[in-house]
Amino acid sequence: MIDQDILVVGGGLAGLAAALACDSNLQIAVVSKVHPLRSHSVAAQGGINAALGNNPEGKDDSWERHAFDTIKGSDYLADQAAAELMCQRAIPAIYDLEHQGVPFSRFPGGVIAQRPFGGAGFPRTCYAADRTGLVILHTLFEQSLKKRVEFYDEWLVTKLVVRDGRCLGVIVFDLATGQVIPVKAGAVIFATGGYGRVYSRTTNSYINHGSGIGIAYRAGLALKDMEFVQFHPTSLFPKNILITEGARGEGGYLLNNQGRRFMEDYAPSAMELAPRDIVARSIQTEIEKGHGFEEQYVHLDLRHLGEAKLKKRLPAIREICIQFAGIDPVDEPIPIQPAQHYSMGGISVDGKCASEISGFYAAGECACVSVHGANRLGGNSLLETVVFGRIAGEESSRFVQGGEAVTEAEKLLLDGALEVKSRIEGWRKKDKGWKVHLLLNRLKVIMSDRVGIFRSTEDLKRALAEIRELREDYSRVYMSGDCLRYSQELVNIFEFESMLDLAEVITTGALDREETRGSHYRLEFPKRDDTNWLKHTLVSWKDGRPQIDYRKVVVEKYKPEERKY
Amino acid sequence: MVYTFRILRYDPQKDENPHFQYFLYETSEEKSILEALMDIRNEQDCSLAFRYSCREAICGSCGLVINGSFDLACRTGLSSLKSSLVHIEPLPNLEIEKDLVVNMDPFWEALYKVEPYLHPKGESPEKGYRIEDKEMDKILQYINCILCGCCYSACPVASRDERYLGPAALAKLYRLVKDPRDQRPFSSWSKINTEGGVWGCDTIFKCNEVCPKDVRPADGIEALRRKLIIEKIKRIFKFRK
Repeated sequence: MIDQDILVVGGGLAGLAAALACDSNLQIAVVSKVHPLRSHSVAAQGGINAALGNNPEGKDDSWERHAFDTIKGSDYLADQAAAELMCQRAIPAIYDLEHQGVPFSRFPGGVIAQRPFGGAGFPRTCYAADRTGLVILHTLFEQSLKKRVEFYDEWLVTKLVVRDGRCLGVIVFDLATGQVIPVKAGAVIFATGGYGRVYSRTTNSYINHGSGIGIAYRAGLALKDMEFVQFHPTSLFPKNILITEGARGEGGYLLNNQGRRFMEDYAPSAMELAPRDIVARSIQTEIEKGHGFEEQYVHLDLRHLGEAKLKKRLPAIREICIQFAGIDPVDEPIPIQPAQHYSMGGISVDGKCASEISGFYAAGECACVSVHGANRLGGNSLLETVVFGRIAGEESSRFVQGGEAVTEAEKLLLDGALEVKSRIEGWRKKDKGWKVHLLLNRLKVIMSDRVGIFRSTEDLKRALAEIRELREDYSRVYMSGDCLRYSQELVNIFEFESMLDLAEVITTGALDREETRGSHYRLEFPKRDDTNWLKHTLVSWKDGRPQIDYRKVVVEKYKPEERKY
Repeated sequence: MVYTFRILRYDPQKDENPHFQYFLYETSEEKSILEALMDIRNEQDCSLAFRYSCREAICGSCGLVINGSFDLACRTGLSSLKSSLVHIEPLPNLEIEKDLVVNMDPFWEALYKVEPYLHPKGESPEKGYRIEDKEMDKILQYINCILCGCCYSACPVASRDERYLGPAALAKLYRLVKDPRDQRPFSSWSKINTEGGVWGCDTIFKCNEVCPKDVRPADGIEALRRKLIIEKIKRIFKFRK
């Protein structure tokens, strides 16, 4: 049986940062359902925040200001100590990335360049043109080759094996062979990313099904603040490919069908660089008021930036617009609409990325520490992956070195593998029922239509009922393809169970939270309610259904105040 | 609009030889080849295997040969094709694992051989290296590489000589050697002074032609050749002194 000291699940930024931080004397492996370089981190564009103070307009910046902006941006739902830790560690983390080879863009004099981003008091977003995710992911992958980290590519984790509150390992489905394989591990780190594809309109990769979060949920862990779903203001219409916030950071305008910069009605001082929740709502409001184009999008105008600046700072955006919409932003405004982008919520972990199951850690988008609260600032997600990925690697190493050996793990892992095999056989044996892509399409529409930017009680209730109907239908799902090897259908069948769980948890949390905070906007409760709701939602799977619990937000230095931008 | 897809199918565990299967595909929307393949898989044959992830030409998963041209399936629009007959084949010169999925191991192994990570010298400066943008601009084209493997698969030398590292690995090496922070010794990177390295390239520039990201790997190979020669001349003069 494969036996690793530390098994990292997910080969994106958080996973690689974790693997790199693990003690080199330990046996470390990264399992990923795709080759690590195909992870969604690669698509991050605009940058990564750290208060370096390199921009002349940011010379008074400090990590404390960064923490304040993060907490205010979170609508005060972030745990303040965690946000402070992240912002303090941001500065050495950037220099570390630079030393490892990340080709950041530079200012004259050779220091790392920084651009303005939404909700930030100073320009503090470090970048490599608009391909920041690509260059950081490739650099961390290169470093893991240097460290000789072991990789198991195209392995889908299907189950977490736990006994008496101790994580023993995982069961994987190997796409290349079609086999089910038990993997024993001293500690497991999930860095499995988000669930964007639960929505029909999303900037996320096709692979972002969120099954890592779902597997942890079924293993008994609580999911925290899942109702907070970030909708990015600017996705390219109609394919919903991300157009970086950096486009507005560089000076881009949002225009409605009257050619007006409508953000002056919503955030008169920050304008286009208000936090994402506010900008996304403003755009949606304009569209619903009939101020959009074709009732579906508004314009992001970059023409006044000039061809030279666009080519230098936003080359990938230009390439995306030309290839996927036939529009050159040098000459034409870009049609954009909000789309699901990020999950503020995730597997509930503490500041050490540790969970309630000993030996199980989570980092990155799949985890909720919580540093983003009810709304994440642009440039903080890459930061979270490298800071908390590293912490997860260090903490799990410490755990493995100090922990006692687990007995009888093999038997439980073999039992787990048999169970997974029998599920596969069950799906294969049937020759009629529901095909998984039809269920997937139904779920996406429910979530986009009813659990989107503006949420009504009636919609949320209907969504829950429809998700439960889908769960019934999922029990009749079957596999139509005849080959297990490279069966994306089987991957989808596995992952759809998690998608249903996540949809249910998101919607349950959204219905329960009778207030408006950050990305969560309730039409019937349009105000923030700190008296009753300055608390985290924790949803756990108990007795075959989701059960809600709460935890107080850790408020320290920064007292909640009204967010004005 | 109705398209006829002619897709290569092959399961080495069952089939003696690869064969082509035809699928009729009707759509009124503007779809990419990748979206069409997903529809065909979902609606007509769930066993059809291919790789994908980001759908925005940045992850490098979906390199294929589409009507004879190398490209990423996600960035190729159906309407950009000149015909309603669409031939889809996997990247050539790599073993087929199943249908359009190929074994990329030779590509990755070649990459590993060039030690594709920064070799800084001594302690790194605490607040980062100072590098002017114009220094980085010289390697920008190579930084844009997404390692999709199209160049390696299209390269006639890589297809006939398994020693040859291929365009992507060599371009990556040049990107690193040319990085002002990289101080790897000449003895280390000059290992590519061989037929399996830079001298293997027969300069027909197929890699530049097929690259979906305009990396122009052959520029890097040529530059490495020049750098090798210059370094050698420098060494001869040093020796004489």
